[in-house]
Amino acid sequence: MGNRVEAQIRSLLRGTDYLQVKVDGLAEDADLYAAGLNSHATVNLMLSLEEAFDIELPDRLLRRRTFSSIRSIAEALAEVGITAEAA
Amino acid sequence: MKPWLAAARAVGAEVASRHADDVDQRARFPAEAFAALKKEKLLGIIVPKSEGGAGAGVADVVAICHELGQRCAATAMIYAMHQIQVACIVRHAGGSAWLKGFLKRLASDQLLLASATSEAGIGGDVRSSICAVEQQNGRFELVKEATVISYGAEADGILVTARRTPESPASDQVIVVVPKTGYELNQESEWDTLGMRGTCSNGYKLRARGEMAQVVPVSYADVSAMTMLPVSHLVWSALWLGIATDAVTRSRACVRAQARKKGGAPASAARLAEASSQLQLMKANVVGSLRQYEAALGSEDAIAAPALAVAMNNLKTGTSQMAVQVINQCLLVCGLAGYRNDSPYSLGRNLRDAHSAALMVNNDRILANTGNLLMALREDPGLLE
Repeated sequence: MGNRVEAQIRSLLRGTDYLQVKVDGLAEDADLYAAGLNSHATVNLMLSLEEAFDIELPDRLLRRRTFSSIRSIAEALAEVGITAEAA
Repeated sequence: MKPWLAAARAVGAEVASRHADDVDQRARFPAEAFAALKKEKLLGIIVPKSEGGAGAGVADVVAICHELGQRCAATAMIYAMHQIQVACIVRHAGGSAWLKGFLKRLASDQLLLASATSEAGIGGDVRSSICAVEQQNGRFELVKEATVISYGAEADGILVTARRTPESPASDQVIVVVPKTGYELNQESEWDTLGMRGTCSNGYKLRARGEMAQVVPVSYADVSAMTMLPVSHLVWSALWLGIATDAVTRSRACVRAQARKKGGAPASAARLAEASSQLQLMKANVVGSLRQYEAALGSEDAIAAPALAVAMNNLKTGTSQMAVQVINQCLLVCGLAGYRNDSPYSLGRNLRDAHSAALMVNNDRILANTGNLLMALREDPGLLE
């Protein structure tokens, strides 16, 4: 159950060129920056997440580490109420 | 006044200013000024006391760059670029015994550090690399086509950016500290420019080798966001402010000479007032941004926040344009006396040097980056926060 948000994040990433490697080969805690996510793409990823989940990420979550892995993104989404149940 | 600021002021007034025109005309390294700065131990001031330095802060470097910028912009720029490298090692050395040992040597031997971030083929985006750290048995090799290494030939060490491994994507970079004994430079281009001629920013093919312990233990993305970018914009802005301050000082002297003959301020004094007002705005921008950076230093979150990056970018794009505006205004104040190369009120070198500001890391690139960051900024902080 808890994997549904992670799966949605994965699916979102699959449709972009934010990473330099295939997202399907990445573990949930794999470092996205090591996978090619740069600072410009990080902002675009934030915008895509906000659009896809219809949320607004607060300032305190707009940190580099928020976007450092699929799991950390899911944790940030959970903080603004996006959980497996809600999704 | 802190002792190192007084020492820097004296080096600026007595040494750097005397050789500034020759450095500019011959596009040569300001050797006299750097001999004096080393003699005064000013290259290692921000190294912590535990490593044999003076434990000074970024504010002290900012103040020194402002002093030197009024005398010889190339000296100020080289000093600024050196201190940016030192700041990156000081802040991100972590527990690395090699890097701490290097800082000790830097402070005791007054080593001058250069930077190799730009590379042929990356289209000016220093946040991506083609070259990579090639590791074998705890040692590395690295070959970089560096389109620019300012004062590379005069440096005692170079900080080089590269991909973490030959398999890493272009944006997954590290920064490696290489002392002079660990690299060879083959010069591939010359530096014959409009201004900032003494920085000798030639292009080189760099071949480096050493121990893996020389790699800074934090990703270059973090080093860049937390230290290199904000410190660069602060120290550069301070020296551009210095260039503009010198132009206003010359203009004031020019107007005062006329006023003494006339027995009152001439019409050009009103234009001088405008230049003085612009200079004050520029100074407020530098000091305010410095305070904002210092306030963020204590918190990992504040220093990595989009708000700080936006402020530091705005400082760079703002002051780089304003320096040229102030000097243009000063030209109108001084008239032909400022336009001449052979007058004490000459503004030619100031203007040529200041025009580099918008180009070294092109303002268009920075504005695009700021525009992107603004998408992640929710609200502007309060006036006194």
